[in-house]
Amino acid sequence: MSKKEKKPRSDVLYFAWRNWKLRLGLSVVLFFVVLAVVGPRITRYEPWAYIGRPRQPPSAQHWMGTTIFGQDIFSQFVHGLYPVFLVGVLGGGLATFLGTLIGFVAGYRGGATDETLNTLTNIVLVIPTVAILLIIVAYVKLRSYFIQAVFIGLTAWPWTARAVRAQTMSLRSREFVDLARISGMSPLRIIATEIAPNMMSYLVMVLILQFGGAILTGTSLDFFGLGPVTGISLGMMMNLALSWGALPLGMWWWFVPPGLALALIVGALYITNVGLDEVFNPKLREK
Amino acid sequence: MRYIRKRLLIYILTFFFAVTLDWAILRFMPGDPVQAMLSRAGVIAAQAMEALRGYFIRAFGLDLPLWQQYVNFWRALFKGDFGVSVYLFPKPVSQVLLEAVPYTVALLVPAILLSWLVGNKFGAFAARRKILDSTLLPVGYFLTATPYMWLGLLMAWGLGIALRWFPSGGAYGFGIMPEASLRFALSLVRHWFLPFLSLFLVMFGGWAIGMRNMIIYELEADYSQYLESLGVPRKLIRKYAFRNAMLPQITGLALQLGVIAAGAIATEVAFSYPGIGLLLFQAIQNQDYFLVQGCFLFIIFGVLLGNLLVDIICLVVDPRIRRGTVSE
Repeated sequence: MSKKEKKPRSDVLYFAWRNWKLRLGLSVVLFFVVLAVVGPRITRYEPWAYIGRPRQPPSAQHWMGTTIFGQDIFSQFVHGLYPVFLVGVLGGGLATFLGTLIGFVAGYRGGATDETLNTLTNIVLVIPTVAILLIIVAYVKLRSYFIQAVFIGLTAWPWTARAVRAQTMSLRSREFVDLARISGMSPLRIIATEIAPNMMSYLVMVLILQFGGAILTGTSLDFFGLGPVTGISLGMMMNLALSWGALPLGMWWWFVPPGLALALIVGALYITNVGLDEVFNPKLREK
Repeated sequence: MRYIRKRLLIYILTFFFAVTLDWAILRFMPGDPVQAMLSRAGVIAAQAMEALRGYFIRAFGLDLPLWQQYVNFWRALFKGDFGVSVYLFPKPVSQVLLEAVPYTVALLVPAILLSWLVGNKFGAFAARRKILDSTLLPVGYFLTATPYMWLGLLMAWGLGIALRWFPSGGAYGFGIMPEASLRFALSLVRHWFLPFLSLFLVMFGGWAIGMRNMIIYELEADYSQYLESLGVPRKLIRKYAFRNAMLPQITGLALQLGVIAAGAIATEVAFSYPGIGLLLFQAIQNQDYFLVQGCFLFIIFGVLLGNLLVDIICLVVDPRIRRGTVSE
């Protein structure tokens, strides 16, 4: 490895580029991001408009066929990708932020603060997230995917808080943190400049996992018919397909694309994660 | 048994929180739940409507002070009184739930246990074995990323409707009444298989991948390297790695229970398999709030019970927890 003399940052980039898992995962995710952005512009149909004969299989005119009402499925599909990424970024991001914050505070402060936060974390951890969201959303109707994302973020943080807390606790007693404390740094700065940088690679991976988790949770809610009434999502497409008898009618083109896209996006995120793990942790690289 | 006491306290607090939420959300939600339920159940004659309204007001005790309503809610709960279902009027919610529970249990328990056992074995076996590893990685991640309802829909359509190998929905054939006969039992098993398989596959992917990653971590740990330098057979090192990787997978099972519960709901809906999940789905669709409340509490209770079981297993398996050398 002759590139060793370069700066460490480009070293990471070098291994990142050499890692096929990272390349594969990111390409798949990027493909769907591009599709979500470009798709609505290249399709000629409105997602809800009745534009053709109903129940047509995929053809040159309707790339993914039409629904039982004669709506263009490709158009619904590309419009349905948008909430996937919105909920993923926002819900996953919020969950990561909350989890990290609570983990840092609990792990660094210790004592009664830790006891309280840890109990809270454990309670939210054992409550089945989707069940809680189901019951809340069943009463308080969601108005937008933004609100859905916030709800998901508010319930998905506990495992992150727990992991970050454990890591913070082990870092807290290291010498360099002691030194920072003796030199009079404020706890906030110690967390931000001494502890957080040591966990950066881990936090990136947490964000990716939360991203994927938020997508799957949002899809479940939409599938149960509890998504926002306006707009369209992949989960909602599967709900409509099931309720309007796509199964007995053999209209596989109605429910295969949305689920396949979700599995590919989330699977690609997970594989990206393994790739990143190998980049950050040389021991894990394939031999 | 400090450990168990601490965990029990968490579960009790959680249950308390869930019941309170269950109680509060119906009372503080915007709009009039009684009216919403009555208009939903619009098919019933005007006379029955009045009786229902009266029943709801009394059941909610909406004329009582709030604290009294809250105490009454708990009291009814301990008596197993969840109210009356509107959607399946006039069946009591508790009876509806009890009829659905066996299906959910029969689906979930084998799916969870088998996927966990087989997934872990397979993941451990595949780790660091060139060909197997590079197949397991994409396939496993794809499986675990698959939305439960999608795999359900896919199987119901592919193996059920297109190939006609299995029935695509329900718990038993249309022409059969529940009875203690071989024909009925066979019908049950045939209807049970696809939902079971689709749950099993998604979970299997997760466990296999998790185990594979754990084993690789363990094989790189200092003790493994040390054993290797001593010339200990590779097989023995893998055995130690496996035992060490087991523990996080057991606690992982507890962490996954919530996700699994959600997956079970989605799977039951996809196959219209009459368990608690399908019931909850129908209750939501029909705005049957008593039934929603009941299903929610049953799910919470099931997940808490599962957590407790995992805790007990941890206690048996891990001597460090028994001696109290690790906290929680």
